[in-house]
Amino acid sequence: MKILVGVKRVVDFNVRIQVKADGSGVTTDGVKMSMNPFDEIAVEEALRIKEAGNAEEVIVVTIGPKAAQEQLRTALAMGADRAIHVETDDEIQPLTAARILQALAEKEAPKLVLLGKQAIDDDNNQTAQMLGALSHWPQATFASEVEIEGDKATVIREVDAGLETLSVDLPAVISADLRLNEPRYVKLPDIMKAKRKPLETVTVEELGVEHVAAVKVLKTAAPAKREAGIIVESVDELVAALKEKGLI
Amino acid sequence: MERESMEFDVVIVGAGPAGLSAACKLMQLAQETEQELMVCVIEKGSEVGAHILSGAVLEPTAMNELFPDWKEKGAPLNVPVKGDDVYYLTGEEKGIKTPNFLVPKPMHNEGNYVVSMGNVCRWLAEQAEGMGVEIFPGFTASKIVYNDDGSVKGVLTGDMGVAEDGSKKDSYMPGMELLAKQTIFAEGCRGHLGKQLMESFNLNKDADPQHYGLGIKEVWTIDPEKHQEGLVVHTAGWPLDNHTEGGGFLYHMENNQVSLGFIIALNYTNPHLSLFDEMQRWKLNPKISQFLEGGERVSYGARAVNKGGMQSVPKLSFPGGLLVGCDAGFLNGAKIKGNHTAMKTGMLAAETIIESIKAGDIANKELSLMGDKYKSSWVFYELHKTRNFGPALHKFGTLMGGSFAWLDQNIFGGKMPFTWHNTTPDHATLKPAVDCTAPNYPKPDGKITFDKLSSVFLSSTNHEEDQPCHLQLADSSIPINQNLPLYDEPAQRYCPAGVYEVVKDEQGNDKFQINGQNCVHCKTCDIKDPAQNITWVTPEGGGGPNYGNM
Ligand SMILES: Cc1cc2nc3c(=O)[nH]c(=O)nc-3n(C[C@H](O)[C@H](O)[C@H](O)COP(=O)(O)OP(=O)(O)OC[C@H]3O[C@@H](n4cnc5c(N)ncnc54)[C@H](O)[C@@H]3O)c2cc1C
Ligand code: SF4
Repeated sequence: MKILVGVKRVVDFNVRIQVKADGSGVTTDGVKMSMNPFDEIAVEEALRIKEAGNAEEVIVVTIGPKAAQEQLRTALAMGADRAIHVETDDEIQPLTAARILQALAEKEAPKLVLLGKQAIDDDNNQTAQMLGALSHWPQATFASEVEIEGDKATVIREVDAGLETLSVDLPAVISADLRLNEPRYVKLPDIMKAKRKPLETVTVEELGVEHVAAVKVLKTAAPAKREAGIIVESVDELVAALKEKGLI
Repeated sequence: MERESMEFDVVIVGAGPAGLSAACKLMQLAQETEQELMVCVIEKGSEVGAHILSGAVLEPTAMNELFPDWKEKGAPLNVPVKGDDVYYLTGEEKGIKTPNFLVPKPMHNEGNYVVSMGNVCRWLAEQAEGMGVEIFPGFTASKIVYNDDGSVKGVLTGDMGVAEDGSKKDSYMPGMELLAKQTIFAEGCRGHLGKQLMESFNLNKDADPQHYGLGIKEVWTIDPEKHQEGLVVHTAGWPLDNHTEGGGFLYHMENNQVSLGFIIALNYTNPHLSLFDEMQRWKLNPKISQFLEGGERVSYGARAVNKGGMQSVPKLSFPGGLLVGCDAGFLNGAKIKGNHTAMKTGMLAAETIIESIKAGDIANKELSLMGDKYKSSWVFYELHKTRNFGPALHKFGTLMGGSFAWLDQNIFGGKMPFTWHNTTPDHATLKPAVDCTAPNYPKPDGKITFDKLSSVFLSSTNHEEDQPCHLQLADSSIPINQNLPLYDEPAQRYCPAGVYEVVKDEQGNDKFQINGQNCVHCKTCDIKDPAQNITWVTPEGGGGPNYGNM
């Protein structure tokens, strides 16, 4: 079987985010970009499924600007077999992303689509669910364990109340949570090999997907700064300070 | 243990201006002479540029030679220097503008560009990759691999996935040997392998000890009204006393940003001096704060520079490899500029290798041609001219020494018929703490000045937490038993990232704590520890700061 894995180029998790002065978004100029960490986990899981003999091919796909090919190369260096780059400079919202993935799934006919549970830039947590709904496939989100057996996948999900175990028929959509696995380090020779692995580029139009921007970002702002505290000398001072603030 | 290995013609350690220029020049020359050449560059930062911190006013000399068409190719040299102010600060409130004719010549900046060297390196890396160089960011060169005859065979990349106690984690991946006919070491100032090479091959036997400074830098986005693209400001004097060398810079970059920093020579004597706090309070002088008020600080970082100049340049070749850039110490201390000399010496190494290939086999040979090339290049000419600048400041203090520098540089063009030497290494200059007074630093105001931790936060530094500490103590008792009583353990105050702390343990005894995750790889501890007890080694690849446009 084939596995299709979605990866997104996002601002690296170590970078301290700066909001643009005009509030139109966050600065990405000269900022380190990486593969969304949850997607990295999804790639790792796909590779482990393949290495266990339960899949033949791992295809990674990204939707984004030309530079996003870097993230595809990283996934190829980790061990994915080939890559598809859906090239666009537009901002892609979850519904469009899900439609693009649906179009690719129809073309490639994978038995499993693995995605990160959310991207750390917009924290939407919607694409996997929307893809499941659009393609009428079962979905198992927030996976912390995945077991493939024949035409079924057993997935342990991390839910608020604890762990939930699902069995889904393939083809299915699974989204990866943090504890699913620890992604491998890439090896130097594999980075060199990755440069020669196939990477195909398509456009959103070629896939026949219409771009929708259902949500409009009105404003981006940094969280309010915490005010410095004061140190009081005595209980009386504390009471006085609280009174002054109208708290007691 | 049997290690996997990969073979190249040339392995380059460090994707800074020196290493990347060497890579580009190698490929250009290989193309010209129609040779196949396998070249790789390894870089400990998570990406090229992540560990690059410079001013920077770039002299485009080397760039013009390497890529005469750099403009058409889109090199990020976008801001020509338009104004050049030098102030002598006399106190927190005051500063005198030094008339242009009194400024030592090496400090003039017409024809230069205000750049982010991180971005210049990213661009150089693109050019190199375009010509077929393999660049591997996120991998450290942790050890030197030697042949049985003692020549350098290549380097070993660091193991990944080792736990703090040395055990192997599930993700363990052993390092690999990268073998080469010639290895170019371009680690920048106080290279961790460069230091070992100096010892193994006694490379600095005819040189003075290297001298260093620590540069602490910030980038701010400022009020567009106050921004003057291309304006370059330097300061001398306050807050340092006449016995402590150093100075500040503030460069107006693109996009309403300014890059500002303060460099202090590491031969300072007062162990109470806090390099971080000096930098912070320097910003309070109106000559600097006038630009910052109402602005926002966006990044922070620190890096050592070597300023020994010509007298400290070691031998550059040894069997199997070459030293280039600040790993050798080519910074021009009078100008505090080392990017152009780093680039040029990288290019000289490339020429050396290609010309030696023509003459025969180069595998693991010593290419002494490198030394000759340096001696007949403009790098040598430049360093020779300014050779007395640093020692003069050292000998006479910054005021008198500065006057000498002016005479030497502006009237005699650096041609005075003698050379001064400064032979005390920087780790040996501290006076006992009891004999010195502790400066009284103002509390951070949260607007212009900040505390250390919130600063380090802006360097986006990260190290995998569960790994062996990369700051190694030869003798773990020295900090508390020797450095604390004698010097009030100066590591607490020279480290710009708050890595070293003296805390109380449960019994109430003093304990030396190392917060290695905060380390911004500046190398100051390796240089300044009075007992030379701290060794900086490479952490797991990709760890360290994640600088954007530093
Ligand atoms: C605050 C400050 C201001 C400065 N201002 C100016 C200026 O205005 N103009 C100017 O021309 N110069 C300036 N300089 C000096 C200039 O930045 C240096 O001379 C220059 O960076 C040296 O280049 P390099 O390639 O030799 O080393 P670096 O730039 O230090 O690059 C070395 C690279 O090697 C990597 N590396 C090191 N060790 C290893 C290892 N073991 N394994 C893998 N990778 C490794 C590092 O991560 C780094 O990326 C300034 C320096 C400072 C600190
Ligand atoms: S630990 Fe050493 S190298 Fe790291 S930031 Fe502090 S002084 Fe610099």
